[in-house]
Amino acid sequence: MSEGNMDLDIRWPIGLLFSAMGAALGIFGAFFTSPWLDLDLWWGVVMLVFGLAMIWGASRAGRHG
Amino acid sequence: MHLSWIDYLIIALYCAFVLGVGFKLKKSMRTSTDFFLSGRKIPAWITGLAFISANLGALEVMGMAANGAKYGMLTCHFYWVGAIPAMLFVGLAMMPFYYGSKARSVPEYLRLRFDEKTRALNAITFAVMTVLASGINLYAMALLFKLMLGWSIHATILLSAIVVLIYTFLGGLTSSIYNEVLQFFLIVLGILPLAVLSVAEAGGWSGMAARLPAGFMHMWTNLGSANANPMGVDWFQVVAGLGFVLSFGYWCTDFLVVQRALAARDMNAAQKTPLIAAVPKMFIPFLVIIPGMAAWAVLPHASFLLQGKVDYNMALPLLLARYYPAGMLGVGITALLASFMSGMAGNVTAFNTVWTYDIYSSYIRPGQNDEHYLWMGKVATVAGVLISIGTAYMTLHFNNIMDYLQLIFSFVNAPLFATFLLGMFWKRTTANGAFGGLAAGTVAAGLHYFATVHGWITYRSDMAGNFSRAIFAWTVCFVLTLLISLFTKPRTESELQGLVYSLTEKPKYRHLGILHRPATLAVVVLVICAVLDVVFQ
Repeated sequence: MSEGNMDLDIRWPIGLLFSAMGAALGIFGAFFTSPWLDLDLWWGVVMLVFGLAMIWGASRAGRHG
Repeated sequence: MHLSWIDYLIIALYCAFVLGVGFKLKKSMRTSTDFFLSGRKIPAWITGLAFISANLGALEVMGMAANGAKYGMLTCHFYWVGAIPAMLFVGLAMMPFYYGSKARSVPEYLRLRFDEKTRALNAITFAVMTVLASGINLYAMALLFKLMLGWSIHATILLSAIVVLIYTFLGGLTSSIYNEVLQFFLIVLGILPLAVLSVAEAGGWSGMAARLPAGFMHMWTNLGSANANPMGVDWFQVVAGLGFVLSFGYWCTDFLVVQRALAARDMNAAQKTPLIAAVPKMFIPFLVIIPGMAAWAVLPHASFLLQGKVDYNMALPLLLARYYPAGMLGVGITALLASFMSGMAGNVTAFNTVWTYDIYSSYIRPGQNDEHYLWMGKVATVAGVLISIGTAYMTLHFNNIMDYLQLIFSFVNAPLFATFLLGMFWKRTTANGAFGGLAAGTVAAGLHYFATVHGWITYRSDMAGNFSRAIFAWTVCFVLTLLISLFTKPRTESELQGLVYSLTEKPKYRHLGILHRPATLAVVVLVICAVLDVVFQ
């Protein structure tokens, strides 16, 4: 994978958006609602992990690029 | 269905990020090539996901879930027969001409291969059709949110159109492509839990088979006769009408999707663009069609009633209301919003390119400097969004007029692939042959429709009529193009270098490992697609 446009690696906005969404969803699921499992909490974790993986890929490419 | 503060927060986050991408890319838009073709420097994985996302509009997501509820697995023909083969063909066989000729648009390829009149016909019909499609998409989305959430139709139309306008105006095609990739992941992650939960509640595959009508679980078994399946079509109409004429006509000639491949950074990336897109495209049925079937299996059929009639378009909204709590509902609504925006932005960026390159700079103000055409591209972006909004309001008040306009444009589209096929693979095809064949094919489609309406030709279903009309129009166009070309003077071979198969140097990938070649990826996709067809036959 490479970044595409020199001014913006697309993985940064994708990673940041999904991390923010996942964190918001997970925190909401953990503290503001109660349910066999809480879909908000667990899907928030999935989205957060996906977002962080994108950020890791982008920052790694930035260091080597 | 009511949204809470967390849902609005998620929608706001999404809007902030897509606008942020537009603002970030604003300073990269220095030339018209940057604005219209992303400077031709985007890698294949990005153009590939944008290729599929631009096609994954709200009408597709909602409509295919609805078709799943109405027809069952037969709907998968729109993917495994009606998309994948054509996507492989455009990548392997046609991209060397589109990308290699350095044409900036599909109509421009027609000018290089044939002449101005063929280009003008294609450019004008495409430009009008694409903004109409954008407006109809906008109206459908606003109507959906009105039904689901009680949102004002006017506010939904204006706010969503303004978001698309800002990011396409600032960042051109690059902004549209980048946001399409973001929207693709959002659509998948927003709808995937719905697919899993609905199928689980239906009792898995065997549970759905027990609850759904006979014939819902098979793709091919009941296609021997049009009377034997709920779609009312037979195998020939599916294979020739949908799988060949309509599918190849869309995926191989529609500039909306081809434009994504033209933005790729080299020939290898351009060829891989539709091939990479074909991978997620194969699995979209598991995301939208099968949940649509599960909705029909699980939900009381009375819940599909809208003004006393069954409305299958309620399948996805009903699933959202059933399974998603506050928070996840925001993610699901954002996924629908993303699917709408990716479709509309695709239409607007294709429109501004065809308008500027193929109409304005060719017939209205030729010979201006690049800065002028960059300015015109931005003007066309604003105009495209304004016309889309106008079309949405026209659809709101004059629904029948829009139906007829779409019908007329379908007459133009049906024969189009015959023109491209002969133009690219038979050097004897002449400009007059192409134009005459295209005109005759369009008239043939109109006459076929007229005969169907008056009952002179009857079909088991409207869909069977549509597929058969496409076959008829394509055949007329093919035969007429061939005959007229035989009696008119072709262009010299030196004029056709890079535009026709026999006179084009084939891309060489010997320096690449076998796993990195486009043909290898195409074979893998074809095998998986064939396996899916057999498993769900």
